[in-house]
Amino acid sequence: MTALLDVENLTVEFATRRGTVQAVRHVNITVAKGETLGIVGESGSGKSVTSYAVMRILDRAGKVAEGSVTFSGMDITKASESKMSEVRGREISMIFQNPRMALNPIRKVGHQIEDVLRRHAEAGSADARRKAIDLLRQVKIASPEERYHAYPFELSGGMCQRIVIALALACRPQLLIADEPTTGLDVTTQKAVMDLVVELTRERGMSTILITHDLGLAAAYCDRVVVMQKGEVVETASSEAIFRAPGHDYTKKLMRATPRPGIGLRDLLPEPVASASGETAPAAPGDVLLKVVGLVKEYPRKGATRTLGKLFRKNAAGDPDAMFRAVGGIDFEIRRGETVGLVGESGCGKSTTSMMVMRLLDPTEGTILLAENDIGDIPARSFASHPYRKRIQMVFQDPTDSLNPRFTAVRAIADPIMRMSDIHGRAAVRARCEELAGLVGLPLDLLDRFPHQLSGGQKARVGIARAIALDPELVILDEPTAALDVSVQAVVLNLLQDLKSRLGMSYLFVSHDLHVVGLLCDRVIVMRSGEIVEEGPTQQVLNAPKADYTRELLSTIPHPPV
Amino acid sequence: MTSAPVESSSVPTSPLQVSHPAGGSRFGETLKHARYVVTGNPVTGFAFALFVIIVGAAIFGPAIAPYDPYASDTAAALQSPSAAHWFGTDQVGRDILSRVLVATRLDLTIAVASVALVFAIGGLAGIAAGFVLGWTDRVVSRISDTIMAFPLFVLAMGIVAALGNTVTNIVIATAIVNFPLYQRIARAEANIRREAGFVQAARLTGNSEFRILLTQILPNIMPIMVVQMSLTMGYAILNAAGLSFIGLGVKPPTPEWGIMVAEGASFIISGEWWLALFPGLALMIAVFCFNLLGDGLRDIIDPQRRT
Repeated sequence: MTALLDVENLTVEFATRRGTVQAVRHVNITVAKGETLGIVGESGSGKSVTSYAVMRILDRAGKVAEGSVTFSGMDITKASESKMSEVRGREISMIFQNPRMALNPIRKVGHQIEDVLRRHAEAGSADARRKAIDLLRQVKIASPEERYHAYPFELSGGMCQRIVIALALACRPQLLIADEPTTGLDVTTQKAVMDLVVELTRERGMSTILITHDLGLAAAYCDRVVVMQKGEVVETASSEAIFRAPGHDYTKKLMRATPRPGIGLRDLLPEPVASASGETAPAAPGDVLLKVVGLVKEYPRKGATRTLGKLFRKNAAGDPDAMFRAVGGIDFEIRRGETVGLVGESGCGKSTTSMMVMRLLDPTEGTILLAENDIGDIPARSFASHPYRKRIQMVFQDPTDSLNPRFTAVRAIADPIMRMSDIHGRAAVRARCEELAGLVGLPLDLLDRFPHQLSGGQKARVGIARAIALDPELVILDEPTAALDVSVQAVVLNLLQDLKSRLGMSYLFVSHDLHVVGLLCDRVIVMRSGEIVEEGPTQQVLNAPKADYTRELLSTIPHPPV
Repeated sequence: MTSAPVESSSVPTSPLQVSHPAGGSRFGETLKHARYVVTGNPVTGFAFALFVIIVGAAIFGPAIAPYDPYASDTAAALQSPSAAHWFGTDQVGRDILSRVLVATRLDLTIAVASVALVFAIGGLAGIAAGFVLGWTDRVVSRISDTIMAFPLFVLAMGIVAALGNTVTNIVIATAIVNFPLYQRIARAEANIRREAGFVQAARLTGNSEFRILLTQILPNIMPIMVVQMSLTMGYAILNAAGLSFIGLGVKPPTPEWGIMVAEGASFIISGEWWLALFPGLALMIAVFCFNLLGDGLRDIIDPQRRT
């Protein structure tokens, strides 16, 4: 096999106001014809920058300081800009992380495909439309003639990513670079999209570079894997070899931290810590803390039905079509000291449910009982000043978004203490904040920093400290690790487990990832389109699922072959 | 009991991430960044230097003016620029340099007062509209639309004419015509932060909606509003001078750039160009300076520039 792409000793530098920063250092990567290469690494490992250098789409501040990128005999680092614009799209294509951002929101998707075809003279005005529809069919879009006229906002995330793939493959390039193509998509969609990419590239004998943070995904779809850490390649091997016998310490650490079936929470951590931690004895669940009965949330459907209904003074609420049922009458309960997982794909109603339990959203129907007191009737608006507010708290999905950028860490943690606790006075509040920081393992000298000066894991700790500041009985964890790297996720999950057993809280863990849920939860509830499809002890749901949907969810999660 | 595992070694630090010195104060950070922007962009540096000169003239103008701005000397009327009178003299022999210098304070005061007024009222109304939505939003936004339906300068003229010919009313008129600009920016910025994670988190910790508005939303909108202030400052100066030019607001013989240009305009035909040129130049430099400064400030707060 001859190398299609040869990256030799590549160093990329970024000029910042604090001097030059080397984002990628002496990287060597080769991609053979027809090969699928995975580049795996955590955020900041330089995997995206490497691909940008290959495409020559680096930021203005960035430049290739050293090394060469040879693509089928041509040195890309020295090619002229006009030559490069010929190469991009025609010879090398790229799929980006967020498909919606990659599509022009005000142009029909069919026209966007035509644009690419015409740009590279693959089609004239006569046959462009036919070819575009043909491409839509190839990426398995149902009724392509109709979808040709669709705008991106009319399509789901998975559909949009298929359109982006159609765009990328329109001119039959030799190399496809997929930069986290399925991050942000549901697992079932992820599988469909990845299968499609692999099938299409095999069919055409193309080479693919798959950039991902997910070892499981790389293992399932790549021939060879390159592991990057802090701008350097630490290991290159065939994907089978790398998972059977990882050579480098970092690869081993990544492997350990990746949630997979049949392991415990402590197994995620690097060995020394794991052995020191020991196992926590599962506490017997106590009495019922939260009981949800017949919980319903309906939203009025926007658009013609509603407007017409209003026009004719028709009672819109009485019309079943006029209302969209986000949550359709669910019952569940959480006992004291128990962790319940709420799992489902986007749009299944899990977030709506958690927002209602959290009392940030008013339910349409149903009761929410917290320790036998009905809190469902208290309007969300006035719940902020209700004494029960203290008893339910939440850890948010995105640690960055959930911290006020203008508050220091200590100010964020102090907010609930100053508002709702009996602790008053500067020194006392500060002391309580330091105590909480100690609990969540946040070094005290970081307390006076602002969010942008903290790492993702540290921000997550601040968010957790804020949530437990009032000694709540129930904490809702809304995908608390979704925005974190796997190694940080491993640490945060363990921290949550330790805190629970130490402080005697109950958790409602909302997530899309069954494996992560399996690690932390005693019971699992699987939701789909606003209904509960399965509920039971974690081991039972994970090992012997009753519902077809649970089985489908489990089978679509890619994991390393170990 | 197990101890919380420490991740210190396992946090992947990005090579792109610039490490911040531990304990570095935010003010110090901002100052450093400001210095970086000023020195990194010579235009902003230049604007800042101009700004210092203008403020200096406003504070020390009466003290450093070589002549009394009101003292007429008919013997020395309409003299062209010379060593004794750098900017020449006007039709009654007053020194134009002195008058231009002394006028800085009045013009700047009108601009600052009107911008501060509209910043407070328009900003708060906009934030409330964007955060509360519903009727508050409808009322406030329609007020803005109504103001924008008029040619702004004509509206300002009308307000001053109706309220009376005083400096205070010029300030009020200038504030009113700028209202929609502030209201809209504040509304948009408050609206996108309405459902932000940190606002939800503040609700969970027992903050009332009003408190959230003041402690969570307002500080985050401040930087963008300050940029807007600087950008509209130039327009406010121009507006005040324009009103004086057509005879509204400040009355002669008070030294004011707009009046001086108006008075000097009739002498341009007979060749005495310096009467209108120098106050006009002062006006232009002031407006130019605030516009450049606004651009510079935007760079300071724009995270994209914080590479």
